[in-house]
Amino acid sequence: MHIPDGYLSPSTCAAFYLLAGSGWYAALKRIKQLLATRAIPLISVFAAFSFVVMMFNVPLPGGTTGHAVGIGVAAIVLGPWGSILAISIAIAIQALFFGDGGITTLGANCFNMAIVGSLTAYAVYRMVAANSNLNSRRRVLAAAVAGYVAINASALITAVELGIQPMLFHDAGGTPLYAPYSLHVAIPAMMIGHLTFAGLAEAVISAGMVSYLQRADVALLRGVSGLAHAPVPVIAGASADRSSGRLWWAVALLLLFTPIGILAAGTAWGEWSSADLMNPHTREQIGAASGNHVLPASVPVGIQKLSALWTAPFPGYAPRFVKNPLFGYLLSAMFGVGFLVLAPLFARVIARKRAMRSIGS
Amino acid sequence: MSRHSFLKSTVRGFAQAVSKALQSEHATTQKGLLQQLDPRVRVIGVFALVVSVILCRRLEAIAAIFLIAIALAVASRVRLGLLAKRVWLVVLGFSGVIALPALFLTPGEPLFTAPALHLSISMQGVRTAAFLILRVETAATLTTVLVLSTAWTHILKALRSLHLPAEVVTMLAMTHRYLFLLIETANQMFESRQSRAVGIVSGSAQRKMTARTAGVLLSKSIELSHEVYLAMLSRGFRGEVRLLTDFRLRPRDYVALTAFVFTSCMAAWIGR
Repeated sequence: MHIPDGYLSPSTCAAFYLLAGSGWYAALKRIKQLLATRAIPLISVFAAFSFVVMMFNVPLPGGTTGHAVGIGVAAIVLGPWGSILAISIAIAIQALFFGDGGITTLGANCFNMAIVGSLTAYAVYRMVAANSNLNSRRRVLAAAVAGYVAINASALITAVELGIQPMLFHDAGGTPLYAPYSLHVAIPAMMIGHLTFAGLAEAVISAGMVSYLQRADVALLRGVSGLAHAPVPVIAGASADRSSGRLWWAVALLLLFTPIGILAAGTAWGEWSSADLMNPHTREQIGAASGNHVLPASVPVGIQKLSALWTAPFPGYAPRFVKNPLFGYLLSAMFGVGFLVLAPLFARVIARKRAMRSIGS
Repeated sequence: MSRHSFLKSTVRGFAQAVSKALQSEHATTQKGLLQQLDPRVRVIGVFALVVSVILCRRLEAIAAIFLIAIALAVASRVRLGLLAKRVWLVVLGFSGVIALPALFLTPGEPLFTAPALHLSISMQGVRTAAFLILRVETAATLTTVLVLSTAWTHILKALRSLHLPAEVVTMLAMTHRYLFLLIETANQMFESRQSRAVGIVSGSAQRKMTARTAGVLLSKSIELSHEVYLAMLSRGFRGEVRLLTDFRLRPRDYVALTAFVFTSCMAAWIGR
């Protein structure tokens, strides 16, 4: 899954350096708040451990072997932020010192494996493990599922990055300049290996290590050495309050800017409806935005079937009863933001009530 | 799979990684062209050339950078046999296999058709496969020449003087240092397990063995990190990282830097 130099275009590499850079910055800040001076030796030694685990040949059912990345274990033991840093450092050493993976693609490799992988592994592990006992079998299952889903999420995002290259970067004669396969080849080619061997190896190593730690060193499952649930220092709490204040201001500002969306010309690429594919005007725009590829004469059967499954309450970002597009767009934005803000608040109230009830009993 | 072959292949992997690191360390002590330049110039120069390889849209321009990479390797006393074994053949094996189906799958003007097999190779397919292989070979050659001519500590110092955060540079340095210790520890665990294995070990037992070894290594790593932390505290570590960057640019470094940047820009411009 380590993309070498030459597979991704310069603009893709730059975009993923930016994305990974934001992830590294956030992770470094959060880890320094949680661990203060302990962060550097812990993350460094854990990165060395991740590197060594990547070299393990994991025996798989059927007599073959596979390599794991160790994302699941890193996310469970270090928490998502620590895992992002440790896996990124391991990937950087592989690229810079051992030549495994490119320099220009380092941002993309870290984004795929360290950031997407760690966040997915942590979210899945927390979701499946829920509040189960640290020694329960459910934790072992959660680790296996977390490792399997995380490595496949990383593989999928890698396949998408590779698959969009021929569509976006080709010369006048149609020769793809970077990775040559489009999405319909890149995704199955990448996923077959990961849904089977690599996914199994990740699941085996994650579940096996959690099972071992349950018997030998259960403290590590609290999230390092309590890292994932470490009490946040007083100063960090104040800064969290400030960041949440800034977040609310940012949300308000974004809400005010929503009408800018109306100014956007053309169609959103890949978001075409059956009506768009039939309309000669939008067909021209779709063709222009897709490298003048010839569109099928009729709406593909799959789109026709699936588009009838669900009718949105606010189609085209405007409720049916509103005639003014500007007002409709604002109303949709307010509804969307309101829903996103209220849903977590509602979930938090329910969680608190449950926690109070369990303390009472 | 022969019995315990997963143990053997893991141990072989460890040995290969250590031998690769030793080869690199040995090569950096040679008195060649790159070795005599300031490490910052080497890092910037090689990175600029790699970026120009990615920017080029003409095969001839990429091929010219590949020749420059070979010339740099020869001038820096990097053995071409080592490059062939470590880079060219490996890349050809990996990217070659990936590029092969592109010859048939890329639509375009047919260059060769095998009617019996209903397969045809397109001109665009040949070009895209050539682009992929040549780009990867050239970029990997440049990166390897840098690694084989520059000590890891110098690469890190150069990255620090190019404003990579001190914490990140320290983590990269510490990871590299403890990596070999953990490889040695894991190697000993696998070897001792291998020496005690009698008869055929079932697949499930093999998986448990691997996970248990990884688990023990994890516990050892966390303990090691505590020890390192205490050692750092005892030496007065208060969370601030300061690194010495005592590099000084000489006239020849300025000349080399200009040459690297000029060549990269020219290649990107010609190959646009």
